[in-house]
Amino acid sequence: MRDRIIFALQLLFTLIVAAFLAVPAALSIAAGVTVNYFRGIQSGVTLQWVAQVLDLYAGTIMASIAIALGTLLVTLVVGVPAAYALYVRGGRLARLVEEIITLPVAIPGLALALGLLLSYGGFGNFRRSWLFILAGHVIFTMPFMVRSVMAIFASIDVKSLDEGAASLGAAPWRRFVDVIVPNAAPGILAGSLMVVTLSLGEFNLTWMLHTPLTKTLPVGLADSYASMRLEVASAYTLIFFVMIIPLLVAMQWIGERGSAK
Amino acid sequence: MDRREGECEVTMMIRHGAALKVENCGKTFADGTCALARATLDIAQSETLVLLGPSGCGKTTLLRIVAGLEMPDAGGRVLFDGKDLTRQPIEKRNVGMVFQSYALFPNMTVAENIGYGLRIRGVSRLERAARVAELITLTNLGGLEHRRIDQLSGGQRQRVALARAVAIRPSVLLLDEPLTALDAALRERLRGELNGLLRTLGITAIYVTHDQAEAMELGDRIVVMRKGAIAQVGTPREIYFTPADRFVAEFVGAANIIEAPIESGDLILPGGRQPVGSTGSRARAVAMVRPETIRIVDADKASLTGIVDSIRFAGDRQRIIVRDAAAIPLALDVPHTIHVRAGERIGLSIAADSIRLLPAEG
Amino acid sequence: MSHKSFVWICLLPLAAVTAAFFLLPMARLLVTGAEGPRGLAEYLAILVEPRYRATLVNTVLLAAATTVATLIIATIAGLFLQRHRFPGRAVLVAILTFPLAFPGVVIGFMIILLAGRQGLIGDVSARLTGDKLVFAYSIYGLFLGYLYFSIPRVILTIMAAAQKLDPGLAEAARSLGAGPFAVLRDVILPGLAPALVASGAIAFATAMGAFGTAFTLATNIDVLPMLIYTEFTLAGNLATSAALSVGLGVMTWLILALARSFTGNSVAAAG
Ligand SMILES: Nc1ncnc2c1ncn2[C@@H]1O[C@H](COP(=O)(O)OP(=O)(O)O)[C@@H](O)[C@H]1O
Ligand SMILES: [Mg+2]
Repeated sequence: MRDRIIFALQLLFTLIVAAFLAVPAALSIAAGVTVNYFRGIQSGVTLQWVAQVLDLYAGTIMASIAIALGTLLVTLVVGVPAAYALYVRGGRLARLVEEIITLPVAIPGLALALGLLLSYGGFGNFRRSWLFILAGHVIFTMPFMVRSVMAIFASIDVKSLDEGAASLGAAPWRRFVDVIVPNAAPGILAGSLMVVTLSLGEFNLTWMLHTPLTKTLPVGLADSYASMRLEVASAYTLIFFVMIIPLLVAMQWIGERGSAK
Repeated sequence: MDRREGECEVTMMIRHGAALKVENCGKTFADGTCALARATLDIAQSETLVLLGPSGCGKTTLLRIVAGLEMPDAGGRVLFDGKDLTRQPIEKRNVGMVFQSYALFPNMTVAENIGYGLRIRGVSRLERAARVAELITLTNLGGLEHRRIDQLSGGQRQRVALARAVAIRPSVLLLDEPLTALDAALRERLRGELNGLLRTLGITAIYVTHDQAEAMELGDRIVVMRKGAIAQVGTPREIYFTPADRFVAEFVGAANIIEAPIESGDLILPGGRQPVGSTGSRARAVAMVRPETIRIVDADKASLTGIVDSIRFAGDRQRIIVRDAAAIPLALDVPHTIHVRAGERIGLSIAADSIRLLPAEG
Repeated sequence: MSHKSFVWICLLPLAAVTAAFFLLPMARLLVTGAEGPRGLAEYLAILVEPRYRATLVNTVLLAAATTVATLIIATIAGLFLQRHRFPGRAVLVAILTFPLAFPGVVIGFMIILLAGRQGLIGDVSARLTGDKLVFAYSIYGLFLGYLYFSIPRVILTIMAAAQKLDPGLAEAARSLGAGPFAVLRDVILPGLAPALVASGAIAFATAMGAFGTAFTLATNIDVLPMLIYTEFTLAGNLATSAALSVGLGVMTWLILALARSFTGNSVAAAG
């Protein structure tokens, strides 16, 4: 009996917490397709706000996707070999490098953005281009890629794989392409999903780095929250959810598959 | 008030523990697994009862029902000294439990682990320290009082777990494969220590193991279990010499199980006739013979003969495999003083009273 | 090409990117912080200047409150979800972890929908008491936003840690007479301590440095990231904002490093 009451109380508590998280998201989804949020859902369901957002902000959505993919490309090309090198080499230097590249996660994006602005603000063309934001995103997401790949290296004993391939006479770069990368695929995939998700939602850095011509989705979101009617802001948020949820689901799926092994 | 009474009871039980009765207890888990068929067991005060059986046969489940960690299926009851405690959770039962993983608290020292149950019972610091010191001596843990758990060896952990369980002067000590996690040599030594300790304490104990040697040495009585059911209950001697069925015979010690017809009190075997000590005939009988009860005699004078197939050195004795005596190869354990060669024809002598006829199954 | 040189070549691009877009900007930030009229003393301003100090205290208090509240909430819910299996549990877990990928701005908007001028809480309170409760744009709204941000992360960490706890430990404590509360105090919470410290540090560091939520909710909440932002954009006070952000970065990094030295695990903030 006492156990029942404790169970019920805990369940109730957990439900309240879940409601705190889910209700606003649900409200925002509802508001995004409601004719008039103030009058409620009985005012009718519409896609006009979604259409308006696509009209006004399509550029930011495309920009965010492009930047996320660009960031992914750079973190793959730079991060995967680096993860391999750090794992294989090990020792103090590797730990120091890992420590340094993880710093951008520990220090606020605002600080990093200020540093970038102070260093490169004078290079007008670079400052005004998408590459400026891309640079910030790469620095911010790199540790996630590197660590995810290093973790998989640690779990599959990549050193003996590498040595096995070497014993068969393969050159280092062949081994990297033929043996290392394919075996690290799960880690690379997990890292990639993380990088894309983080880049799509990045605001702290991007707000400081953007120019009127280089706006990303979250920047546009902040913009709409400040200046648009609630329905438009909600529709915009709805679009963001639609983009981000498949990534989340995929990440969870990979995580579960990984832990099931 | 309640606690005072409880403590008096505990003091009284120092040397004896409670008499236990498990009545009609079965367990079907929520997922439909029937881990334990309904079983009834009596455990006398200060008796050590061993639950023996292969992995997955329901030993732990039965132990956890006694402990109060699992609820038996409806109708089952667990009685301590005649008192029905079925609905009492484990923390109210005053049981001392030693887990297979030991489950020592990593955030506490050795002494804190041993004294934890007393702390929960509100025993004063002074009394607690005295009791802990007593147990440290009893379990040979001197000098390790302030060690952390991860600084202990496997054998030391085992002893801390035991000391912790005993510290609360439990009504019954429950041990779930306490030696299984240790290596063979240590296991054998600790088995002896544990035996001595259980005798010294004279406490009611239920000991779960899948190791028949452990069961033989430690048990006043053994419950052999198979697939969630009790196969036989008896003293170690009863279990060994008069197993109830083929499963018990094969699980406890080595056994030759011979299937053959009986004609007027003799087993009819390919290598001859072997008296079984009972009269009558049967078309098919199942007989058990322990390897050490078969003796080698002169082939010409024996009523049962066979051919030495192989000889295996086993340290303290040798095991000889004989073919053509029975339908299956027979195993014999004989001292090293006996010399035979592979291929040699030998005579076998088996006392009729060391043959046990088992119920034919299937 | 030897294996050794191949390894170095693999590291080279990372070294270049990190040097150009992280180390150099950080160095620049450090230098700029000391280039103001106050010189190096600018770095002390965060402690000495009453206005900055008040903001710092405010931020630390808010972050601490967020951390404590998150840990309590997430421990209760996380332990509950880890221990019990019931229909709908998977959905509940999904809901509780779904906001993991929301950026600060979106969370700000969630709080506006909850406690803003057209928010649910105001709506309900107006109907019940006739008084419209609006607090999204205050420090309470920010607190709620940081809770929203931290709860999913901490719940996940606690559930993972609770799963790794040996269930035998709790059973052993119970066999020794410990009731539910004593088991929680003596076994569960000590077992969860590393996870609590690690995720608490992340929650704290994130609440200290989060900018998006504060930015969305209002520009007049007195927290450190907003101060840095206004000093930089409105006052054009480069040295101050640089020094303040260095100070903020050092603090968040220190907290995470301390937590890591305690748990031996890697701890990283997010968002
Ligand atoms: N909580 C549980 N839920 C479902 N099945 C269980 C549970 N615990 C044990 N079992 C099953 O019950 C059977 C007996 O288990 P157990 O008592 O642990 O065996 P033993 O201790 O003899 O190895 C096994 O088949 C086991 O898989
Ligand atoms: Mg078991």
